[in-house]
Amino acid sequence: MRRGSGTAMKLFEYEAKDIAGKFGIPRPRGVVVETPEEARRAFESIGGPVVLKSQVLVAGRGKAGGIRFANSADEAYSVAKALLGSEIKGEKVLKLLVEEKIKVKRELYAGFVINRASKSYSYLASTEGGVDIEEVAERSPEKIVRGDVDPLEGLKEYEARYIARKMGYRGKQLVELGAIIKRLYDIAISYDGELIESNPLVETEDGSFVAADMKLIIDDNSLYRHKEYEARAKVPGPELTPLEARAKAAGLAYVDLDGYVGIVGNGAGLTMATLDLVKEFGGEPANFCDMGGTATVERMVEALEIVLSNPRTKVLLMNVLGGIIRCDEVARAVVKVKEKMGFAKPMVIRLVGTNEEEGKRILAEAGISSFDSMEEAAMRAVEFARGA
Amino acid sequence: MAVLVDENTRVLVQGITGRQGSFHTRLLKQYGTKVLAGTSPGKGGSEVEGVPVYDTVREAVEERGVNASIVFVPAQFTKEAALEAIEAGLSPIVLIAEGVPVLDSMYILAKAREKGVTIIGPNTPGIISPGLCKLGIMPAHVFKKGSVGVASRSGTLTYEIAAGLTRAGLGQSTCIGLGGDPLVGLSFIDVLELFRNDEETKAVALIGEIGGNAEETAAEYIIKTKYPKPVAAYVAGRAAPPGKRMGHAGAIISGRTGTAESKLEAFKRAGVEVARKPSEIAIKLKEALEGSR
Repeated sequence: MRRGSGTAMKLFEYEAKDIAGKFGIPRPRGVVVETPEEARRAFESIGGPVVLKSQVLVAGRGKAGGIRFANSADEAYSVAKALLGSEIKGEKVLKLLVEEKIKVKRELYAGFVINRASKSYSYLASTEGGVDIEEVAERSPEKIVRGDVDPLEGLKEYEARYIARKMGYRGKQLVELGAIIKRLYDIAISYDGELIESNPLVETEDGSFVAADMKLIIDDNSLYRHKEYEARAKVPGPELTPLEARAKAAGLAYVDLDGYVGIVGNGAGLTMATLDLVKEFGGEPANFCDMGGTATVERMVEALEIVLSNPRTKVLLMNVLGGIIRCDEVARAVVKVKEKMGFAKPMVIRLVGTNEEEGKRILAEAGISSFDSMEEAAMRAVEFARGA
Repeated sequence: MAVLVDENTRVLVQGITGRQGSFHTRLLKQYGTKVLAGTSPGKGGSEVEGVPVYDTVREAVEERGVNASIVFVPAQFTKEAALEAIEAGLSPIVLIAEGVPVLDSMYILAKAREKGVTIIGPNTPGIISPGLCKLGIMPAHVFKKGSVGVASRSGTLTYEIAAGLTRAGLGQSTCIGLGGDPLVGLSFIDVLELFRNDEETKAVALIGEIGGNAEETAAEYIIKTKYPKPVAAYVAGRAAPPGKRMGHAGAIISGRTGTAESKLEAFKRAGVEVARKPSEIAIKLKEALEGSR
């Protein structure tokens, strides 16, 4: 719920695999296609049974029917036709990754994730891959190999081999798997990965390793140094509602909720606390909207417009604790948006800080109630909503 | 006494010639903070608000004897600035910027640990020991000198709760904004440890929020060390929808303990006074302090 880290930049599988390929991690032979005809040609160039994988960002695409197999060029064509343009958990399939079907001996898991507690990367590896790794960790923690990487030293080659050894491998396999794990780490560092994982990382029947799936999530705050993804990060993902998408484009932290009290606050903690109070008094928040601790007038106007255009909003509750924000500017922004949008429902404004008196006077003239205490304001907003 | 910053803190402002840097330098000086030097590469030799500007941190240390820093440079340059301050041994170093890449923070924090230097932030309003030293961007008038230590993961919510304490006649020894980023320099445990050893601090307020498990580990610490001072806590985000920001593998490592309810339960088990509203922090601490008298 925090601006800048609220929505991380997740890459499509084919993008993550392209990166993996560049770093020397073995991947299945494959082609990205956008039409059934291309899928047919992909089958012919691969020359054997293939898997067609929907390129979507939502989790659980396999269970939702987004991954299917084909044993002939015609079948590849018809499967592609069925998948392309369909929706998986609300996300439209625009591309497929057509890959050779691999002969699986065993499915592994290997990944790195930022660990808040150790303030470093942690590695996770398991011989129980191909399933939800959280479940494995809960059901049989002894099957998970984990540890932290020293941020100043980075992951050493030998540390990567320790991990492979702990997973039970020896000889050539130990060396190969160790190299793959080291390269996963190298990608994480090079791409500011919040999370990188191969699940499953497949041990094939001939004993080699292939990254059958790849996931890479890039830290939003680092996108200025990953220009190739920067523009796309601004395009709202399919998981966002229209209002969330609009807020994201405006640089606001906004989450749609099911209730009816529209909420705008300055600062994530204060805004969350405002939602909590509404609940505490028996109301239901319609949204979370944080303008930021030091919002400008433009941001304020944008935030108000978004919250007020939510049809569920029966009452507006705005909570501004001004340090640097000037209350008269806040008040003028509120009045301006109210008039512009013709918002006739009740507004409750909590306003404290610089030029407070002037701000309250402006609000009073426009017939808007203002409060010193956020608790009183939240209680009043819930009462209004009940009466409305 | 207070923790981390007091009347002996000699402050360097990094990025002093920027809009934010110069604005807050004025406010810091107004508050009485000893701002002795600023840095801004290429602008050495000039002055901002009567404070001499240097090109490098090293010069500022040699010429003005600064021992702590507040960094106002933009997120993209925070790593460089922080490393320069760490190398010079300044402590604490307050990193104001929001949006610092998490890998940069990881490196900064590891370097600071190696050097034995305290980092506050990133994405923090800073630290204030009311009446002695303000090293941050918080509105000073809501704070008052006293005996409650405050540690918070939030900005404006801290001002809200501090204002409530002040209204109730409970001043503060030191208020620390830990920072809103996933990786920050100080944890609740670090701060509880500092307050434990500070004679002036008679009670502690912790202001947490959803995500991570800093509150749960703090609760364990309170139990394990039989924490000797009353503690009250508020956790923001009870109404937040579950799962919005829980990473995949991250949730394993933090042991599925990111929700507000989990944090509140942990605090209750540790005997911490749990506030359901921000204003209850002051009420609960007042009761605890009067009861212990």
